[in-house]
Amino acid sequence: MEALLSNVDWTEIGWASWDTLVMVGMSLLFSVVIGLPIGVLLFLTGKRQLLEQPVAYAVLSFVVNVLRSVPFIILLIVMIPFTVMLIGTSLGVAGAIPPLVAGGAPFFARLVETSLREVDRGIIEATQAMGASVRQIIFGALLPEALPGIIAGVTVTAITLVSYAAMSGVIGGGGLGDLAIRFGYQRFQTDVMVITVALLVIFVQVLQMVGDRLVLYFSRK
Amino acid sequence: MIVFDQVQKSYQVGGRAIPALQPTDMTIETGEVFGIVGHSGAGKSTLIRLINLLEPPTGGRILIDDEDITGYNPARLRDFRRKVGMIFQHFNLLSSKTVADNIAFPMKLAGTYSKAEIRERVQELLARVSLTDHANKFPSQLSGGQKQRVGIARALACRPTILLCDEATSALDPQTTQSVLNLLADINRELGLTIVLITHEMDVVRRVCDRVAVMDAGRVVEMGPVSDVFLHPKHPTTRDFVFESENIDDEELEQDLAKADGRILRLTFKGESTYKPLLGSVARESGVDFSILSGRIDHIKDTPYGQLTLSLVGGDLDIAMKQFEAADVHVEVLR
Repeated sequence: MEALLSNVDWTEIGWASWDTLVMVGMSLLFSVVIGLPIGVLLFLTGKRQLLEQPVAYAVLSFVVNVLRSVPFIILLIVMIPFTVMLIGTSLGVAGAIPPLVAGGAPFFARLVETSLREVDRGIIEATQAMGASVRQIIFGALLPEALPGIIAGVTVTAITLVSYAAMSGVIGGGGLGDLAIRFGYQRFQTDVMVITVALLVIFVQVLQMVGDRLVLYFSRK
Repeated sequence: MIVFDQVQKSYQVGGRAIPALQPTDMTIETGEVFGIVGHSGAGKSTLIRLINLLEPPTGGRILIDDEDITGYNPARLRDFRRKVGMIFQHFNLLSSKTVADNIAFPMKLAGTYSKAEIRERVQELLARVSLTDHANKFPSQLSGGQKQRVGIARALACRPTILLCDEATSALDPQTTQSVLNLLADINRELGLTIVLITHEMDVVRRVCDRVAVMDAGRVVEMGPVSDVFLHPKHPTTRDFVFESENIDDEELEQDLAKADGRILRLTFKGESTYKPLLGSVARESGVDFSILSGRIDHIKDTPYGQLTLSLVGGDLDIAMKQFEAADVHVEVLR
C-alpha cells in the first residue's frame, strides 16, 4: 500500500480537498444568488408569461447564451482581467471563484427558467384570480411550486461547478484539480491522479445523493 | 348583478384578429345560478374569464353591481378579484401547500386578515366542505372530489359575492359530480352567492341552474330559464345538448311518431301538475284513448317535470285539450 501510493502527501490532499470544497461552495452560493433572479426574469419576460417583454427577454437570453457557449477553459482565461479588478488576484481559491460564478450563474438561471415553466399555468391563473400581485404570484405560488425543480437545478449546478473548479487548476486555481495537474500530470505521479479523481467522484456522488433526497423531501406531487 | 353590454373578445393570432366572443348582451341576476353551456371552442371559457378580467375584453362594458370593471386600475382590479371566487376543472391547488394552507392562501394574499381570523375561517370552511380530517394532507393525497371541495373552500375564503365555476365537474365521476353540485347548490342557497358555471353537460345545468345561456361559435344562441330552454329548446345546438343529455335519438323518435295513429300531442307537466293523476280522468271524460310514445320524468333543480308524447284516438279532442290546459299542462300539437 505504502509503495503503491508513495507520492501521495495526505496533508496536501486534505488541503486541496478543502480548497475544492470552498471553491464549489462559494461559487455555488453566488451562482444561486445571481442565477435565481435572472432565471425568474427569463421566465417572466418570456412568451405568453406574466411580464411578457420580448426585447428584455432577447437581451437577457443572449447574454446567458454567450456565457454558456464559451468553453469554460476559455472563460477562465477571458475572465482574468475582471477577476484581478474584482478581488486583486486571479490565482488561488479566491481567484477561481469569479470565473466559476460566471460559468455557474447563467447555467443555473436556465435551469430555474425551465423549472418555472413546468409549473402548471392553471396554478398561476388561479392565483391571479385570487387577486394576487405579480410579486405575490412569484413568491407565493411560482417559487414554492417549482422548489423541487430548483433544488434539482442546484444539484446539477453544484456538480458542474465541481468539474469547473477542477479545471481552474490550469490557470493556478488551487484545489484537487490543481493537484492533479501539477503532480498527477506534470510529474507523472499516477497515484496522486487516481486519488484526486477518486475524491472528486465521491464528492459528486455525495452531492447527487443529498440533492436527490432534498428533491424527494420537497416533492408533494 | 353582472351585466354584459356589447362585450366582445378577439385574439391576435399572427396579426389577424380571431373572434372568440361576438358582441354579447347578458344580465346575470344577484343570487342566481347561471349556467353557460357550449361545446369546446364555443367561447364559454373566454366568457367566464371576462367576468373577473382574467381575459380583458376587446370591446364593450362589463358592469358588476353598476360599476364598470373594465376601467379598473391594477390595484383596484386585485381588490375586486378577492370578491370573486373561482374554481377550475383541474382544481389548480398548490401542490406544495397543505389543504389548510391552500384554503388560507387567498386570505394571506389579501393581507387584511389576522392569523387568528385565518385559522378560524379555515376551520369553518373545512367543516363546510367536510374535510376537517384532511386539513394537514397535501392535495396529491386527495381524491378528485376532495380536491374540488378544497377548491370550493379556497374560493369562498374571502367571502366573495360571485363564484365562477370553470367546468368544475368535468374531471369528476358521476357520483362525485352529484356531491359537488349539491355542495354548490347549498352554498348558493345559504350564502346567497351568485354562481356562474360553464359546462358542456346539459345535465349539470338541469340539476343546479336557474337560468342558462347556450353558446355556439362565440355567440349566445339561446338564453332563458332552465325549464324553458330544457323543455322547449329552439336552437339546433340547444336541441343537440338536450337530446344528448336525455339520450333521445331525434330520428328514431320521428320514425316512432310516423307509425302512430291519431293526433300526436306533447304534454309538459311542471311542478305540482306533475303529481296530478290527469291522464286517466281526461281519457274517461273526453272518451279519447291514448298511447304513450315517449316520455321523460325528472327534476329541473328542485322542480319535478314530466314530458310525454301521446297519440290520441277517438273521443272529443277539444274537451281533452281544455282539461289539460285547465290543469296547467303545456300542450303542443305535433301532428
